Amino acid sequence: MSNDNVVKVALIGNPNTGKTSLFNQLTGLKQKVGNYPGITVEKKQGFCKLSETVKAEVTDLPGTYSINPTSMDETLVLETLLNEKSEAFPDVIVVVVDIENIKRNLLLFTQLKDLKIPTILVINMIDQMKRKGINIDIEKLEKSLKTKIVLASARKKIGVDLLKEAILDYKSVDTTPVGKISEKIDKEYFANLKNAFKEFPLYKSWLLITQQNEFDFLSDEQKKLVLKFRENLECIKRYQHKETIFRYQIINEVLNESFHIDASKATDLRGILDRVLTHKIFGYLIFAAILLFIFQGIFDWATYPMDIIDNAFASLSSFVKTVMPPGSFTNLIAEGIIPGIGGVIIFIPQIAILFTFISILEETGYMSRVVFLMDKIMRKFGMSGKSVIPLISGTACAIPAIMASRNISSWKERLITILVVPFTTCSARLPVYAILIALIIPDKRIFGFLNLQGLTMMAMYLLGFTAAITSSILLHHLLKIKSKSLFVIEMPNYKIPSLKNIIYEVVEKTKAFVFGAGKIILALSVVLWFLASNGPSSFKNAEETVTEMPENKNINSAELQKKIASYKLENSYIGYMGKTIEPVIKPMGYDWKIGIALISSFAAREVFVGALATIYNVDSDDENTGTIKERMAAEINPDTGKKRFDFPTGISLLLFYAFAMQCIGTLAIVKRETNSWVWPLLQLVGMGILAYVSAVIAFNIFS
Amino acid sequence: MFKTIANLKIGEKAFIEKLCLDNIPLKLLEMGCLPGIEVQLIQKAPMQDPLYIKVNGSHLAIRIETAEKITLVK
Repeated sequence: MSNDNVVKVALIGNPNTGKTSLFNQLTGLKQKVGNYPGITVEKKQGFCKLSETVKAEVTDLPGTYSINPTSMDETLVLETLLNEKSEAFPDVIVVVVDIENIKRNLLLFTQLKDLKIPTILVINMIDQMKRKGINIDIEKLEKSLKTKIVLASARKKIGVDLLKEAILDYKSVDTTPVGKISEKIDKEYFANLKNAFKEFPLYKSWLLITQQNEFDFLSDEQKKLVLKFRENLECIKRYQHKETIFRYQIINEVLNESFHIDASKATDLRGILDRVLTHKIFGYLIFAAILLFIFQGIFDWATYPMDIIDNAFASLSSFVKTVMPPGSFTNLIAEGIIPGIGGVIIFIPQIAILFTFISILEETGYMSRVVFLMDKIMRKFGMSGKSVIPLISGTACAIPAIMASRNISSWKERLITILVVPFTTCSARLPVYAILIALIIPDKRIFGFLNLQGLTMMAMYLLGFTAAITSSILLHHLLKIKSKSLFVIEMPNYKIPSLKNIIYEVVEKTKAFVFGAGKIILALSVVLWFLASNGPSSFKNAEETVTEMPENKNINSAELQKKIASYKLENSYIGYMGKTIEPVIKPMGYDWKIGIALISSFAAREVFVGALATIYNVDSDDENTGTIKERMAAEINPDTGKKRFDFPTGISLLLFYAFAMQCIGTLAIVKRETNSWVWPLLQLVGMGILAYVSAVIAFNIFS
Repeated sequence: MFKTIANLKIGEKAFIEKLCLDNIPLKLLEMGCLPGIEVQLIQKAPMQDPLYIKVNGSHLAIRIETAEKITLVK
């Protein structure tokens, strides 16, 4: 058992029961989000003081309808509760139920209670009781459910103190199961099972044999026994169904005595909203309008803070250079680490805005309606209605988008979603598109109001979306994965979103991005900096070589410095790398300098502009795209005598960046989420070939 | 011909007779979709699929392929 002064509490409940609100009320800002070892499901923990000497360590487990998992998130709940040696194994379980859906919510409660861990029942949203005409006899309910009940309204901060008292007193909670279900199903079978695993509560043994997962905490002998029981799969399935039916029988009996609802009090706001929001015309129109609004937020409002961040980091770099003694350590900080951190921070506004919208849509209950509206359409592409959320999120960043696919229970639908999300135009592609479009598309208006450059940008978005859809159709037909559809979603009641929950959610998601993807981007920018600022002997002698060149005798020192920088780059490690790949990228119309930018942006696309800025030795301190653009526009291709960034090369680059998988962060997350290198490699190679071939074709058509 | 949830008209209510247990996800039972329970079709998605039903106090959306496997008492 754990330390007496810390009570380990597991907070469990169905989705949409206000469990997270209660968690936020209990722990306030004393939360930490970590990962469970080996898997990416976030582990939300927080602390709260129960008395002068005792505090509670509260773990907010993912929402689930039953202890039998149907998705990755839910598996975690099961594993935490079965493994007594697990770090998060609770002293006491707090089950949160929504008063309006108490019947369905109690199913999970009766399952958990059978595990013989002290279990407290929190009936949430009691502020709705009167309005909904609900009457509840708590004493009777406590008696028949053999538990301690706390009435609460997490949003109105009711009942939180009572819950703390109940947790403190958890040892007095009755741990006997609610009914003798096993005897009703098959007395003999369960007696056998009980004998096989004498050391476990019966229900725990039952759960061990009904799941398909392997449980690492079992001994080899126990594992063998589990496998033996699992052989009779049909029988297990039948008994599972019976179990559920018997549980509902018990719940119905219990509620008949102690719970009454006056149906005449029900208002039909839900019905009216549903009819409008899932209407065959208005439903889609409203969804389209909301999407438009979100994109407006991501691409318009976010530019202001992004510009500020961009400038702040540029001035920080030059500030560091002026105050610190010159040398490679200063350069590492000013040219490697600071721009590296800046490259991560700059995405925070877009990601925060996106998640604000998404969490509002989820909190209000609207997201389920979108899933309902879109499911049939998405299924034609081998995905699920639930894939809509990852695909929208992908327009900001593929990493959180891929994580958002976890609640898709069909493996095939989830896999296809994960595989195609990187085609959506993420914000890292924006600066690349922006500079290339500015170079090759004239700043003209057609029909007097449509800006040609803006249209091209829109075309690039459509291109990304089309690529995602087309590849999903392809994958749908190619992937021979049989996975049973378990599509059952709850259509929750509409709610006014809670500001606190939204803020917590946004902060948490943004933090996950910054610390997850951020580490990789930062590390790689340091590596790039090293490769660009070091090289073999020709690099070390750059200064002398350039100064002694006859054509450089009469130029001023600023000009000379730029020439040295450019010569250094050419002879740095990365310069050599660029020259090595030149033969390969030539068919797309690129030279070794663009090659460097390609290599640099393999880790993260947005590095492209910065790399070009270095290559065309623009003074990077004033971060002025105009000057980079001018340099790029002035660059001449020595082979043809024409502009380096002419129309064919520009189009070729645009296509390459639209299709290629240039994001280490995404590859890493795909590996983690699919638990295999096959899928990220498939993305890398598949998207790479598509990018290369289309760039070559485009270059040759337009040349 | 068996009548299933897929045959219900919008707003129509009926009692569940039987769920074809081999093809029904356990999750659906756990959400309250059980024999003898009344089910109401609330709405169909624009392309007639999925279906939005109310059963045992829960509001759920299920796909037609699942709905077809839940027979109703005539």
